[in-house]
Amino acid sequence: MAVAKESGAGASAVRRGATKPDVAEPAEAAAAPAGFTREEELAAYRDMLLIRRFEEKAGQMYGMGLIGGFCHLYIGQEAVVVGMQMCLEPGDQVITGYRDHGHMLVAGMDARGVMAELTGRRGGYSKGKGGSMHMFSIEKGFYGGHGIVGAQVSLGTGLAFANRYRDNGKISLAYFGDGAANQGQVYESFNMASLWKLPVVYVVENNKYAMGTSVSRSSAQPDFSKRGISFDIPGEQVDGMDVRAVRAAGARAVAHARSGHGPFILEMLTYRYRGHSMSDPAKYRAKDEVQKMREEHDPIEQVRARLINNAWASEDELKKVDAEVRAIVNEAAEFATVEPEPDPSELYTDILR
Amino acid sequence: MPIDILMPALSPTMEKGNLAKWVKKEGDRVRSGDVIAEIETDKATLEVEAADDGVLGRLLVPEGTQDIAVNTPIALLLGEGEDASALDAAPPAPPHAKSAPPPAGRTNTDAKPAPVVEVVRPEGEATMNEIPAGTELVTMTVREALRDAMAEEMRRDPDVFVIGEEVAEYQGAYKVTQGLLQEFGPRRVVDTPITEHGFAGLGVGAAMAGLKPIVEFMTFNFSMQAIDHLINSAAKTHYMSGGQIASSIVFRGPNGAAARVAAQHSQDFGAWYSHIPGLKVIQPFSAADAKGLLKAAIRDPNPVVFLENEILYGHSFPVPKLADFVLPIGKAKVARPGKDCTIVSWGIGMTYALKAAEELAKKHIYVEVVDLRTLRPMDIETVVASVKKTNRCVVVEEGWPQNGVAGEVGMRIMETAFDDLDAPVKRITGKDVPMPYAANLEKLALPTVQDVIDAVRAVTYR
Repeated sequence: MAVAKESGAGASAVRRGATKPDVAEPAEAAAAPAGFTREEELAAYRDMLLIRRFEEKAGQMYGMGLIGGFCHLYIGQEAVVVGMQMCLEPGDQVITGYRDHGHMLVAGMDARGVMAELTGRRGGYSKGKGGSMHMFSIEKGFYGGHGIVGAQVSLGTGLAFANRYRDNGKISLAYFGDGAANQGQVYESFNMASLWKLPVVYVVENNKYAMGTSVSRSSAQPDFSKRGISFDIPGEQVDGMDVRAVRAAGARAVAHARSGHGPFILEMLTYRYRGHSMSDPAKYRAKDEVQKMREEHDPIEQVRARLINNAWASEDELKKVDAEVRAIVNEAAEFATVEPEPDPSELYTDILR
Repeated sequence: MPIDILMPALSPTMEKGNLAKWVKKEGDRVRSGDVIAEIETDKATLEVEAADDGVLGRLLVPEGTQDIAVNTPIALLLGEGEDASALDAAPPAPPHAKSAPPPAGRTNTDAKPAPVVEVVRPEGEATMNEIPAGTELVTMTVREALRDAMAEEMRRDPDVFVIGEEVAEYQGAYKVTQGLLQEFGPRRVVDTPITEHGFAGLGVGAAMAGLKPIVEFMTFNFSMQAIDHLINSAAKTHYMSGGQIASSIVFRGPNGAAARVAAQHSQDFGAWYSHIPGLKVIQPFSAADAKGLLKAAIRDPNPVVFLENEILYGHSFPVPKLADFVLPIGKAKVARPGKDCTIVSWGIGMTYALKAAEELAKKHIYVEVVDLRTLRPMDIETVVASVKKTNRCVVVEEGWPQNGVAGEVGMRIMETAFDDLDAPVKRITGKDVPMPYAANLEKLALPTVQDVIDAVRAVTYR
C-alpha cells in the first residue's frame, strides 16, 4: 500500500463509507484537500517543526543518558496531530498511546514540562513519576500518554461517554497505531461507541510497523479504515503526510461525531523515520524505504515548498520560524537538565487522592 | 404411588423460595412440561413445570407460603390408574423423597424443612460508635442494602451512574440493581454488551473526565478480562500523572465462591486487588457495613474495588435507619468482644468466625472477632490492639492460602506485636486447589467452622 500518494487532486483522501458504500459521497471528500490560508500554512509549519526539533533533541538527550527507559519519537508523523488539532474546539479531549510527545506539544503543553518529564525531573508534567509515556494536562484536554497498547481506545471512548452524559457538545479523539488496532478492546469500544452514538473520532496512525512487525504480517485486513464495518462505523483513509488532507478529513470526522452521528474512524497513512523506540535498530525495513519517504513525502518539506512556491514566506522568514522553534527546544532541554530530580518524599505522594 | 413434586432449586445459591401462585388446581390433569406453579426466589419469579404426566392429587403447600426450603414436597401427582384414595394410602412423604441423596454442598445441607432467615445482630464497640444511640434498626438483606446505597448516592450526585451487564432492564443478574432503571432512567443505569475489558476501560475514561461510575461485574471472575484497566488505568494513573488525574470509580459485584459453580466461577479476588497500591479494596460482611461502605466508596475520589458475596446477598442484618449512613473506609470493627483469642476475618469469612466464636463460648473460650471490612488500606491497628489483649490470633480467609490476605495479616502482627503473642498466628483458608464442582469436594475445599474452632483451641492450648 502506497503511504503518501501524490498530494494532488483526487488522491489524498479516499473516503470509504464503511457500511453504505453505495451512498453517494460528499463532494468535497473525493476532491483535493481544502487549501490552507497563508496563516494556516505558517502555523502548521511551525507546529510540525516544533515537534520535529523537539524529538531530535530528545533523541540526543537520550543518547547522552539524560532520558531513560523507553522513548518513542514521533519524527515523520507530525502532520497527523497538527492537522487533527486544527479541527478541535476548546474542551475537546485527546488521548493517545505511548508515542505521545507530538500530541502534547500541539495541544499546547509547555515544551519544558514535557522535556523535564522525559528526564524525570520535578518540573515535568507528572513531577517525574510518569516519564515519556505517561503525561497529562486536563487544562489542555490531554488525557495521556498510556503505556498499554490499546488501553487508550477504551479510555477515550469513556471520555466520549462522559461528553454525551453531560450533553456538552464536546468530542474526544482517540489515537492509536496499526499495532493497537489488533487489540480486542478496540473492537469492544467500537461496538459500544456505535451502539450509543458516542462522540469519538478514532485516529489510526498507521506508520506501517507495530514495533518490528509490518502491517502485512500482522493484519488480515490491512485497510484500517474498514475496521469499523462490523460496527456500522464509517471510515476514511487519509494521506497522513499531508497536513491539509488530515485537516480536511479530520473536520469531516469531527463534525460527524459532534453532530450526534456517533464514532468515525480515520486511518492516517503515515511513517516514522526513527525506530520504534530509541533502542530499535529498525532492521525490519530497508534504508531506501525510509530515505524515499523522507525525500518525497516529508510533511514539513511539503508545507515549506508550498510556502515558498506561493511566495507566502521567504527563506528568511522561515529561518526566523526555525530559530524561534530551536530556542523553545533549547530552553526546554536546558530546563530539563538543570531542574532537580523529585524530592525523595514524592515517593509516597499521589498514590491516593 | 403418588409422585412427590418437590420445591425446586432455581439458582446455584437458592435455599428457599415462596410459592407465589398455583397455576393448576387439585384435580387438574397435567402433562409433562405444563406450568403448574410460580415460585418466587429472592432474585426472580420463575415457572415450575410438571416433570410427569398425571393428575394433581393434592396441593401440600398453599399459595402465598413463604420461605419453603428446597426439596420440600409441595404437591402430590397421581399416576396413571391412581385415584384420590392413593393419596391417603401414601405414607407421609419425607423430605428429599424423590431426590438423589442430598448433596453435601452448602446450599443443600443448609436447606432444612423449616425456613431459615439468618439475622446477625451487630455487636461490638466499633458498631456502637458508628451508629448514634437510639437509632432505629431495620432488618434488610445485603442485597437491599447495596441497592439502597447506590440509589441514595445517585439521588445525591448526578455524576454517579451504574454500568454493567444486565444492570438495567433485567434488574441485575443478582437483582442488586433492582429498581434503579425505573428511578434513574437509561442514561444513568446503562446495560452493556458482554464486554468487560471494554466497559471497564470506558468506565475509567469517564471517571478521568470527572464522572463517578459504578461498574458492576456480573461476578468478579469476569473482572480478569478487564483487570488491566483496574490496575494499569485506574490504580496507577493518579501516581503517573503526578496527582493530576484521579479516577473516582467503584468496581463492584459478587466475589468468591458461590455454590456449585466450579473453579472458573468461584474465586476470591481479595488478595489480588489488595496487592495494588492506588486501589482501595472493601470486602464487607453485614448489610449495614455493605451499605455504609458502598456509599463511602462511591464518594471516594479513588478507584475502589468493592467485593460482595453472592451467598451473603440473601442474608439479613439490622441496618440503621438513617438518612445518610456512611462508614469510614479502612476501619476494622470488633464484631464480637472477647478475651482469649482474636479471630480476624472479613466478608463471608465472618460467617465461620462468628459461628466458631459462638460454639467456643459454650466451652468458655471467649473469642474476640475483628471484621477487617477493608483490605486496603488495612486497619492493622485495630487487629493489633485486639491481639495485645488476647495474645493469640487466628485469621480466617475463604480464598487461597498462598500470598493471601491472611498471610499478610499474620506477617503484620509479627512485625508489630510479636512480643505480645503467646502462640504462633494460625490461618484457616480455602484449600490450595481450583474449586471442584462435586458437592462433597466443594465442601472439602472450603474452610469449616470446625477448622476455625480447632485452630482457636490449638493457639489457646485448650
